[in-house]
Amino acid sequence: MSEISRADVEHLAKLAHISMTDEELTTMAGELDVIVDSVKKVSEAVDAEVPATSHPLPLTNVFRRDEVGEVFTAEQALSNAPDAEDGRFKVPAILDEE
Amino acid sequence: MTADMTRLTAVQMAEALRVGEITSVDLVRAHLDRIDAVDGGEAGLNAFLHVSRDEALATAEEVDAIRAAGGAEAEALHPLAGVPIAIKDLIVTVGQPTTAGSKMLEDWMSPYDATVVERIRAAKLPILGKTNLDEFAMGSSTEHSAYGVTRNPWDTDRIPGGSGGGSAAAVAAFEAPLALGTDTGGSIRQPGAVTGTVGTKPTYGSVSRYGAIAMASSLDQIGPVARTTEDAALLHELIAGHDPKDSTSLPDEVPAFGEAARTTDVSGLRIGVIKQLQGEGYQDGVLARFQESLDALREAGAEIVEVDCPSFEHALSAYYLIMPSEASSNLARFDGVRYGARVEPEDGPLTIERVMGATRAAGFGDEVKRRIILGTYALSAGYYDAYYGSAQKVRTLIQRDFAAAFEQADVLISPTAPTVAFPLGEKLDDPLAMYLNDVATIPANLAGIPGISVPGGLSDGLPVGIQFLAPAREDARAYRAAGALETLLTADAEPLWAQAPELSTAAAQTAGE
Amino acid sequence: MTETLPDAAPLSFQDALEQFDPVLGFEVHVELNTATKMFSAAPNAFGDEPNTNVSPVCLGLPGALPVVNEKAVESAIRLGLALNCSIAESCRFARKQYFYPDTPKNWQTSQYDEPIAHDGHLDVELDDGEIFRVEIERAHMEEDAGKLTHQGGSGRIQGADSSLVDYNRAGVPLIEIVTKPIVGAGSRAPEIARAYVSAVRDVVKALDISDARMERGNVRCDANVSLMPKGSSTFGTRSETKNVNSMRAVEHAVTFEIRRHAGVLTAGGSIVQETRHWNEDTRTTSSGRPKSDADDYRYFPEPDLVPIVSSPEWIEELRSTLPEPPAERRRRLREAWGYSDAEFRDVVAAGLLDEIEETVASGASPATARKWWMGEISRLANARDVEPTALGVQSATIIELSGLIDEGRINDKIARQVLEFHLDGEGSPAEIVSARGLEVVSDDGALTAAVEKAMAENPDVVEKVAGGKLKAIGALIGPVMKETRGQADAGKVREIVMEKLGVS
Ligand SMILES: [Mg+2]
Ligand SMILES: [Zn+2]
Repeated sequence: MSEISRADVEHLAKLAHISMTDEELTTMAGELDVIVDSVKKVSEAVDAEVPATSHPLPLTNVFRRDEVGEVFTAEQALSNAPDAEDGRFKVPAILDEE
Repeated sequence: MTADMTRLTAVQMAEALRVGEITSVDLVRAHLDRIDAVDGGEAGLNAFLHVSRDEALATAEEVDAIRAAGGAEAEALHPLAGVPIAIKDLIVTVGQPTTAGSKMLEDWMSPYDATVVERIRAAKLPILGKTNLDEFAMGSSTEHSAYGVTRNPWDTDRIPGGSGGGSAAAVAAFEAPLALGTDTGGSIRQPGAVTGTVGTKPTYGSVSRYGAIAMASSLDQIGPVARTTEDAALLHELIAGHDPKDSTSLPDEVPAFGEAARTTDVSGLRIGVIKQLQGEGYQDGVLARFQESLDALREAGAEIVEVDCPSFEHALSAYYLIMPSEASSNLARFDGVRYGARVEPEDGPLTIERVMGATRAAGFGDEVKRRIILGTYALSAGYYDAYYGSAQKVRTLIQRDFAAAFEQADVLISPTAPTVAFPLGEKLDDPLAMYLNDVATIPANLAGIPGISVPGGLSDGLPVGIQFLAPAREDARAYRAAGALETLLTADAEPLWAQAPELSTAAAQTAGE
Repeated sequence: MTETLPDAAPLSFQDALEQFDPVLGFEVHVELNTATKMFSAAPNAFGDEPNTNVSPVCLGLPGALPVVNEKAVESAIRLGLALNCSIAESCRFARKQYFYPDTPKNWQTSQYDEPIAHDGHLDVELDDGEIFRVEIERAHMEEDAGKLTHQGGSGRIQGADSSLVDYNRAGVPLIEIVTKPIVGAGSRAPEIARAYVSAVRDVVKALDISDARMERGNVRCDANVSLMPKGSSTFGTRSETKNVNSMRAVEHAVTFEIRRHAGVLTAGGSIVQETRHWNEDTRTTSSGRPKSDADDYRYFPEPDLVPIVSSPEWIEELRSTLPEPPAERRRRLREAWGYSDAEFRDVVAAGLLDEIEETVASGASPATARKWWMGEISRLANARDVEPTALGVQSATIIELSGLIDEGRINDKIARQVLEFHLDGEGSPAEIVSARGLEVVSDDGALTAAVEKAMAENPDVVEKVAGGKLKAIGALIGPVMKETRGQADAGKVREIVMEKLGVS
């Protein structure tokens, strides 16, 4: 037990951009702990010899020709925008930098 | 015959339309009336989140007009033209809201149609509306919808399964003859099982995912929900086929699933019973119906063999790592920038980071948050190999188990779900117990193979589902076996769907006031 | 822990190089000039109205799915081959996850553990002709982000009240080229940096896979710098200066970072591993976001896209489409044109190889082509503050102008004016010459009169010429030109003077 601590959840919530109250963090840590504890044994079921399957069916080289298709008008593009200005989506100040 | 019209199968409706016995407008009206009668109000089923009355009637009028005019255009109508359909609210539709059962998309109107919706519109099936689901398809009971639970028509105090409880309940309750679902770990088949309906999870890539709001991209698949195997097969034929907008869409020709479903001969068919998908954890009533199904198939000439799939022991664990990992990524786009809800924090500075955090905190329900955090964990630095990486390797082992099993058997069989419909609220506080519901359906998603759930009788008055599995791209084989079992079980009995208890229509009066 | 001393004064470049060996590394992003985006059929176009080149995929709408642009893959393979890389037999895309409003899905579709091209090299030619080999670690495909405009404050991200997002650029195909650590550059590090970026630009231009306009961000460079104490072979902590978007800036940024690192290190501090911003005005870098543990991109294979398998046949087919490598082409042209090393270097530095090659191909002599492009056209471009290539001078125009000179109808000086009039839209050179009456004055009447006037006003010169000093005729040409407003044929003037004085 105790695979996932409250501090872990706090870090994960930050990565996932979900604000959580102290109470939620604690509850979530308890729930995830149980879940992770029950699923963690997958690593014992496999070894280095086993290849990973990321796609259930083995397709390769699915391409699109470089030809222009349909696009939205700016009005359609912005039709669900929580906030917009000058044909663009508007967001509050950005603190982090990429 | 308005009152009875809703109790026909889709195939019967299509035939009645074709010969002019009924009109599509009458058929749509009958279903809209039925929705009015049983879906709304306090005790209503709440299978629909949105009913598109006008659009459905407009399509119906168009089909009727074409039929009335006759000629080439009438000849060219799709066989199911005019037969109404309901669509799981995870699939995007122009002109009708798409919520994914989440507050995050409460007022969202998709500016584009899913490929399956385009095909349904092109075939002129009137779209009755959008059906309820667990938020972003995350759940096995439809209790995790932000818009209230859907009730099981067999017992309205019980769950209709999930995540596609809305589609299954609508079809079981004669609110629609056909519906679309999506199946990531059993969300078509398990609701089918507990509502006494038929549901198919097609081969991965058989049906385009374009426009299905993604939960776990490598597991998700859209599929048909119906009351009979043949109805499901015909709807599958309609929505299947290559889509250049989905890179994982198979380039194959669409097989004649309907014809396969009509086949009743199972003599010589090798049916493999999966050792790992029975016994412990399965209710006695479920196992009893399962045994009876096996007996019926054996009597009809099928060869029943037992197959061993040892890696299935790890399927649930692998699933509950892969699914949340992919979901955590797929749901990152809901951030309050381009569409959907935007929530501004009540205190502190207004920055986009804080707006994203507050939006996602308020827009997502608990189960969604749980899976996002779990997936974020499984993918994070230092854990990837042990969790996501190992889970993908388990996937390989499961594919190998299936490959070996299909050497011994043409199709595999198991109960669809370990239990009949459980009471509302019973597992809501125990995520792990909820997850166990998917134990028999998950392996097919991990391996990408097709699976069908068909009714296998009742246990304590509640439906039991029987699942058939076939190798990838052999969906027709699963329809053949499922269709055969359906025929055997209804040989001297009414079909299960016809035995559903009458629903109180008191709901309609409440809703209508 | 050592104090970091971020404010330590930079050392002089010379002092820095006396104590340290620089190690460089570059990540160059090349925007492809495909018609459509990397994963969507929306147009890949610059300068359109905001949010008009977007599809469900570009906006990250629920339910949207990506499909790979085949041309972009071919471009990546061709670039990989041009960079002498191995092309992966099988490669795949991965999701690089981080939240940012210009990133519609909040992940970038990129390549991680399986890039399409790896382990190559690019030979870079330095100013003195020396060749320096830069080893390439990998080249991978990915997508660009949208464009942010900051409102309020200074218009920069810091202090802005809000930002506006245009997703037209979101999903534009990119190839990121990553070098292996570049050691042994020594004091030539800044020059190598510039030459490397320039060489990459040349290659992508020659392949015609990118517009390669740095000022538009078609080619963007992140420069990594670290220092090792002389004699050591252990790499120091590196800084990554982001988006250094001109060749000159790359040179300056590397110079500055070497000096800054040396300043911090010699003051006893340690370098913080961080991203830094290039400031063009001050030619310095400033601290950006520290690379902390919070950076956890949670890469995983993109489940919505299937792997790309490159068959040997496909690779060979693409290899056959490769243009002559830029370095080889330069060698060939230098020999063919017979320019001196200095002349050729100037042409290369001016970026006028293509133009001169085309002008020569159209029939001009290499000397004439060089004279025009490096001389008058460059001067005019400079005066108009544009690139010479941006003036739109056609080879045919140059050939027509030099023909007019050869025929003696105009002289060099008039030719320059004619070019200007031509660029201002006055028609072909011949039309301009006749419309404006610029033809060299060679009809004997007018010219003889002007010569006579000049001889009368300069008796001393006449005396010298008559005495056999033919060189003195030059002193008469000026006054004659003045009289004829520059349209006199100097040869003809000489003839008339000699004839009048009976000398030969
Ligand atoms: Mg990079
Ligand atoms: Zn990059």
